[in-house]
Amino acid sequence: MKVSLSWLKVYVPIEKEVSELAEALTMAGLEVEGISDRYDYLDTVPVGRIVKVRPHPDADKLKLCEVDVGGRVISVVCGAPNAKENMLVPLALPGTVLPDASTVRQSVIRGQNSEGMLCSEAELGLGTDKSGLMILDASLRVGDKLNRALKLSDPVFEVSITPNRSDCLSILGIAREVAAIQKTRVSYPDICLGAGSGADISEVTSVTIESPDHCPRYAARLVENIKIAPSPFWLQERLMSVGLRPINNIVDITNFVMMETGQPLHAFDFEQLAEHRIVVRTAREGEPFTTLDGKERVLTSNMLMICDGKKPVAVGGVMGGLNSEIEDSTTNVLIESAYFDPVSIRKTAKKLGLGTEASHRFERGVDPMGTVRALDRAAQLMVEFGGGKLVKGLIDAHPRPSSEKKIALSVKAANRLLGISLNRNQMEDLLKSVEFTVETSDEDTFTSTVPSFRVDVSRPQDLMEEIARLSGYEHIPTTFPLMPAEAKMPMTELIFRERIKDLMLGFGFTEAITYSFTHHLSCDRLRLPADDPARRVLHVLNPLTEEQSVMRTSLISGLLETMQYNIAHQVRDIKVFEAGKIFLSKGQDKLPDEIEMLAGLQTGERFDASWHSQKADCDFYDMKGVVEAILQSLKIKEARFTLMPDNVCSYTKPGHTARIFAYANADGGKPDPECKNEIFAIELGQVGEVHPEVLRNYDLKQKAFIFELKLKELGSLISEIKQSKAIPKYPNVSRDITIIVNKDIESARLLESVRLMKEPLMEDLSLFAVYEGDRIPAGNKSVSFRITYRSPDETLEDETVNAIHKRISDRLLNTFDAAFPE
Amino acid sequence: MHIWHLSNNEKRDFFESSNVETIEQIKQEALKSLESAPDAESIKAASVRYLGRKGAVTQFLRNISELPAEQRPEAGKKANEVKKYLEAAFDEALKKLEAQSGAARDRIDVSMPGRIAPQGILHPISQITRQICEIFTGLGFEIAEGPEVEADYYNFEMLNIPKNHPARDMQDTFYISEDIVLRTHTSPIQVRFMEKHRPPVRIVAPGKVYRCDSDLTHTPMFHQIEGLLVDENISFGELKGILTTFVHRMFDDQTNLRFRPSFFPFTEPSAEVDILCVMCRGKGCRVCSQTGWLEVLGSGMVHPAVFENVAYDTSRYTGFAFGMGIERIAMLKYGIDDIRKFFENDFRFLSQF
Repeated sequence: MKVSLSWLKVYVPIEKEVSELAEALTMAGLEVEGISDRYDYLDTVPVGRIVKVRPHPDADKLKLCEVDVGGRVISVVCGAPNAKENMLVPLALPGTVLPDASTVRQSVIRGQNSEGMLCSEAELGLGTDKSGLMILDASLRVGDKLNRALKLSDPVFEVSITPNRSDCLSILGIAREVAAIQKTRVSYPDICLGAGSGADISEVTSVTIESPDHCPRYAARLVENIKIAPSPFWLQERLMSVGLRPINNIVDITNFVMMETGQPLHAFDFEQLAEHRIVVRTAREGEPFTTLDGKERVLTSNMLMICDGKKPVAVGGVMGGLNSEIEDSTTNVLIESAYFDPVSIRKTAKKLGLGTEASHRFERGVDPMGTVRALDRAAQLMVEFGGGKLVKGLIDAHPRPSSEKKIALSVKAANRLLGISLNRNQMEDLLKSVEFTVETSDEDTFTSTVPSFRVDVSRPQDLMEEIARLSGYEHIPTTFPLMPAEAKMPMTELIFRERIKDLMLGFGFTEAITYSFTHHLSCDRLRLPADDPARRVLHVLNPLTEEQSVMRTSLISGLLETMQYNIAHQVRDIKVFEAGKIFLSKGQDKLPDEIEMLAGLQTGERFDASWHSQKADCDFYDMKGVVEAILQSLKIKEARFTLMPDNVCSYTKPGHTARIFAYANADGGKPDPECKNEIFAIELGQVGEVHPEVLRNYDLKQKAFIFELKLKELGSLISEIKQSKAIPKYPNVSRDITIIVNKDIESARLLESVRLMKEPLMEDLSLFAVYEGDRIPAGNKSVSFRITYRSPDETLEDETVNAIHKRISDRLLNTFDAAFPE
Repeated sequence: MHIWHLSNNEKRDFFESSNVETIEQIKQEALKSLESAPDAESIKAASVRYLGRKGAVTQFLRNISELPAEQRPEAGKKANEVKKYLEAAFDEALKKLEAQSGAARDRIDVSMPGRIAPQGILHPISQITRQICEIFTGLGFEIAEGPEVEADYYNFEMLNIPKNHPARDMQDTFYISEDIVLRTHTSPIQVRFMEKHRPPVRIVAPGKVYRCDSDLTHTPMFHQIEGLLVDENISFGELKGILTTFVHRMFDDQTNLRFRPSFFPFTEPSAEVDILCVMCRGKGCRVCSQTGWLEVLGSGMVHPAVFENVAYDTSRYTGFAFGMGIERIAMLKYGIDDIRKFFENDFRFLSQF
């Protein structure tokens, strides 16, 4: 809210420097976000001297003036009758924003160039005279900025009012705070309203409240024989000082009183009200209504409307209607001052998308006891400055009276919560400084009556906050809570996630954090079939962009976008990972499944270009190696990679993707190789090459490899207890074996079949070479294993090893229809 | 005088007069000349002199047959020992020398880059989150987390922000449905934690949050960390204490704090916490909009309505809560002026951390 020093001074003497006052308000909870000067717009309006006046060649009423603005002469087209040579006048340069919100521009007027605008008093907001140019005192220096030359200055505070402090949405409200800070008093404006004349208002009009829940109070006065005219200049100035534009005396007065007191008012043209009466009711569903801004709006049944005998004339508390607007011909005015239910106003304003100064105040809660005071203030000003006659009497329909709030406060409790040691008197004084009244109960307790404008105060804690902020947060001593010696362990999920992240860093992968929302077409871009579980997307109702319109169901799209972004910026060798949640919808009105995932992407060359490595693009086995290394590091041994069936994962390339399974026993615990029959497979994720079509969808031209792992499942497989084993005493014996098999047989099957033999002396089994080519029959491959044998009890004899080795090779030859190489 | 300067007759005399002693003398002389040999050439020359075809040792051996028969076995044995010994000594000396000079010649360019094990980079947000969590766990807080898609009930209502309350304007909310939102702050974790645990409660809760806002200083997703401490007799002074310690550890001891009254529906009293501008140290600069202060934290004493919602005894327990934007801290710490950089994942940006 804008607060000008000039207006503030009307109600409270200002003792502090401007910057000190701003600081003090901020420290009292009214954050001053900036200080400007009301006359800043005059920075681009220098004092000019008219050097030459010539008639406009193509327009009788216009003149061409050459104006010296100090060091340069500017040509201006001007229509003012009083422009004369050697006169000092204000010249608004292009870019100046005048008080009526218009911007001065360089222009061509009837073929003549005009590089600025010579202004009248009224145009500059410095007076009401618009008959001709503002003539400046000849002693001023040409070229000086007008605000400097005329010593015009009025600091304006931009105060950020938190939603609880509706009482500060007025100059008087701020004045109260200033008074409390300075320990001075507010001088409230005197309201001296005559009794009025003629028949009593109740004989002329009536107010019927049909929706008292929406409108607990509605007061009205009637002023007759008004003459619509500009407001007196002092009033216009007040409005302009806080950025409001003067319209006419009646509208200005309602705005003035709202700014002064915080109570929004509305003025109706009484003659436009059918049956000369007011009915406060909710709208009829679908009822159309044209608001003051000229827009037709469709009403819904819970919107509160101010109506006359026949039709709506205003959206209550939000905006008036075009049909009862004050016009130049208006003579009789009904002034409305009401208390509307905050929630009702908020709903209506939201629904209509129509936030106004009035709705802003009503939805935060205006002073329920300030209704009539503001009404009287407006009536007084209309009589005084509108030339009107007050109709005798007042309507104050008050079906839901508000009650006084009294709160008991324990001094001890307040001191304990705040960590301070004020005595009862000090606390009472602080509260009194912001117009609370107090009644002492005993040494420790007093009861405070909350002023009606403080709608935010209802609990003892609210009083404690008042005490804290008024005595100053900076005076609360800094202390330390007693913390327990036994700090608790951080969550295991978090530790696990951080451990996995550290592993990925060690593998050379950089962490990305991408948005949790993604494009609604992401599923299509990833080629997900219609029945894919990842199609269960959660939609954001009000996304900022289409790119962010659904919650992600996979981390892959974010990684592909990261790849795309970096390749576009000349980084083409990328190793990146993300650990984050995906969201699988269970319906828009339910919380989704949030699943923690780890995903990685590698693309480009395997190694950075270097003297010691050959250029080579990364491949599937780089990515698989990362997954294997993670599993190895977590000591998850029972994991298997199997070829992904083509129809299961659509965004990876068929034949180049593996599913990753781990085996755990039935209780979901650690894998236990000794009881295979109770073991079931847990799918951990997948690793593979990104499908070429998906690459195209993301505008990518180089191969990329990805993996995805479910963190929760992965975490469940870690075995925490590790028992050390004795280091073997006897040497091992290694034997190699090479067989030729059909090339479609997965090598893992060969290994598995050997493992399943459970030869007790076989210690290790590894694949070390695979060959396909000319030297072996087409359609076959040769596979070489190394088997390591060891006995815990003795050095193995050749014969013993030979016998086992033969059993193993026979098994391979028989099971897989394999042969030894020739 | 060396024996090889003797005439054959003299030698004969020499050998006849002495034999075992002679070979011992040859050995000592050989060792001496080996010791004084400055380089491989002179070692080789000395080796030839003693062990070569005409060398002293070889000569001695050849002449053994001329010795009296009873002396021959002993002299022969001794001479062979000496021969072996000297051969080994010369050999070793040569190898040593070669090793020395060879090492000097065989050199690699150690300035060439090594085969580096490439290291990835932890996202700066993760780095800052870790730092913050470490500070608070060090102070005795534990870590809690919660869902990112949240019920309106937890995100707002339980935090004393009823539907249609103007305080909802403080946070531009992404809605999934009328009752489901993307959490706008990490505060619902407070409520969820308190529902499941009795006091004392000491948690910090990091995580992603979402608001419908996008510009230089706002992204629709960002990270917050929330703190909550509930126990008997917890005071505002202690809130100041914990946050002061945190700021001093996160920045430095010279970073002063300023607590200023504010409003959050779930705390009462509430405070915004400003820190002395880390760029200009309070002199006023662009980063702090010339104020010398930077707003980094929201905080306050837990509102009794929140305690009532989780059935905590408000007459017995008090507590404080605080929250901060992690990006904001990272931006100040690393001098980053555009928050959107965190989510572009530009390797040229990430590689700086």
